[in-house]
Amino acid sequence: MNMPMRKSEAISAASPAVAEVLRLKVAKPSYVQAKLLPALTAIAARVVPPLVMLAVILTVWQVLCMKPGATLPAPSKIWTEAYDLIVDPFFVAGPQDIGLGWRVLISLQRVAIGYGLAGLIGIGLGTIIGQSVWAMRGLDPIFQILRTISPLAWLPISLAAFRDSQPSAIFVIFITSVWPIIINTAVGIRNIPQDYRNVAAVLRLNHLEFFWKIMIPSAAPYIFTGLRIGIGLSWLAIVAAEMLTGGVGVGFFIWDAWNSSRLSDIVVALVYIGVVGFILDRIVAGIAVIVTRGTTAN
Amino acid sequence: MTSYLKIDHVDKSFHRGSRETEVLKDITLSIESGEYVSIIGHSGCGKSTLLNIVAGLLPVTRGAVLLESQEVNEPGPDRAVVFQNHSLLPWLTVYQNVKLAVDKVLSSTRSRDERHDWTMHNLELVQMAHAKDKRPAEISGGMKQRVGLARALAMEPKVLLLDEPFGALDALTRAHLQDSVMAIHQKLGNTVLMITHDVDEAVLLSDRIVMMTNGPAARIGEVLEVPLARPRRRLELAANATYLKCRQRVLEFLYERHSFVEAA
Repeated sequence: MNMPMRKSEAISAASPAVAEVLRLKVAKPSYVQAKLLPALTAIAARVVPPLVMLAVILTVWQVLCMKPGATLPAPSKIWTEAYDLIVDPFFVAGPQDIGLGWRVLISLQRVAIGYGLAGLIGIGLGTIIGQSVWAMRGLDPIFQILRTISPLAWLPISLAAFRDSQPSAIFVIFITSVWPIIINTAVGIRNIPQDYRNVAAVLRLNHLEFFWKIMIPSAAPYIFTGLRIGIGLSWLAIVAAEMLTGGVGVGFFIWDAWNSSRLSDIVVALVYIGVVGFILDRIVAGIAVIVTRGTTAN
Repeated sequence: MTSYLKIDHVDKSFHRGSRETEVLKDITLSIESGEYVSIIGHSGCGKSTLLNIVAGLLPVTRGAVLLESQEVNEPGPDRAVVFQNHSLLPWLTVYQNVKLAVDKVLSSTRSRDERHDWTMHNLELVQMAHAKDKRPAEISGGMKQRVGLARALAMEPKVLLLDEPFGALDALTRAHLQDSVMAIHQKLGNTVLMITHDVDEAVLLSDRIVMMTNGPAARIGEVLEVPLARPRRRLELAANATYLKCRQRVLEFLYERHSFVEAA
């Protein structure tokens, strides 16, 4: 204990002031320079380019649509005409006059039900098809044909079957998003390496254990690819379906605005749809990253 | 006296459409408890097929595999396999990979704490306890093979089946792992059946070396006893006359009488 004490005393006695000044000079800027500045630069490098491009696009749009005979509204006109829609997404002024936030939520609710069903049934059917060669041979050609049918083409059939717009819209979401989930799950299950099957065989895992401990983790990257394509398709389908079935969703809002020639409202709704679609995709991608971490072999 | 593990007149052929390929022909081999037996042969001679048959992963065409006089024809933890490419589940940690086997095989006979202790014990046996929370992608090839070995040992198998366990490793790692396997065999007295294509490895590790002829319709060409005392040390054996003689015998079999003709 005594030795180091003496040593430090000796050093500080030899040159006390110089050492302190130097340390302070180095320490203070190092936090800003080493941590804050690079972080800010990194954020700026990602945020500034899209903002610049947005400004360029808005300017071009403004210039093109400023002329008196323009068919579409310029950004400045949209701002004044649809001001209430832009600043307050959650106002309620009457049964049919509500903010776009509420409309988006109603559409999302339909998507949640339809997409949730598609996820459950898609993964289930995909597992069966991936496991059984005969199910694959029998069902795959049919699925390959059905999946190319436009979401809207299903709508009359589902309206005839359900005789109500709400379940019809949900059915359209389901039928649109289920195919990529089925097909990707089936591919994932078929691609489970023989090694993992051998391990399961040696351990004598039963069917349920094999499903939860080998199949689902092994096929998870494929399943999430299907789920991610599926959520994008559902969001595409709901807007189209609501334009035809009515109700209070964001799709019907666009149709309603078109019928009353409120073009500015339509543009605002399009921005809402785009942003929500982007967020949905990010959410599924984020879940995929968390769930499938470590599932890629080697 | 009936032997511990008996491969009894096993034939194996594969069918592809109407074509039938005979891979193994009349294989008969008896292995005693605690014995370390290697099967050596050129690639494609069907030695992995034979191991898979003993493991129960492939059915025999004719004949039978008997373990303690009971016929075995499906996979089970009593014949644990260390696969050539480790076959660890990449989404589980090292600990979870071994624990999965322990939980499945020993759940009826041991409590939760005992299963945890047994998992750790086996990881310590292969010197991998320090990496128990790592995922397979984060450890080296030799370490993965160690974990695979721990997983197989943890099942308390009657026969340990090694399918070219050191094949994918570099020479130094391989030597290190061979020493570990020898030490574990010495300590636990397991019955081991190992597939290899490395002559030195076969002589160093085995009590008996089974040499297979080239396919199709591969047979057991010759069985060589390795009368070297254990524990064996590779440095001392390098100049040992018996070791060199055994090595010579295997080399002669493989490269003179049954040299690999097919262009690889």
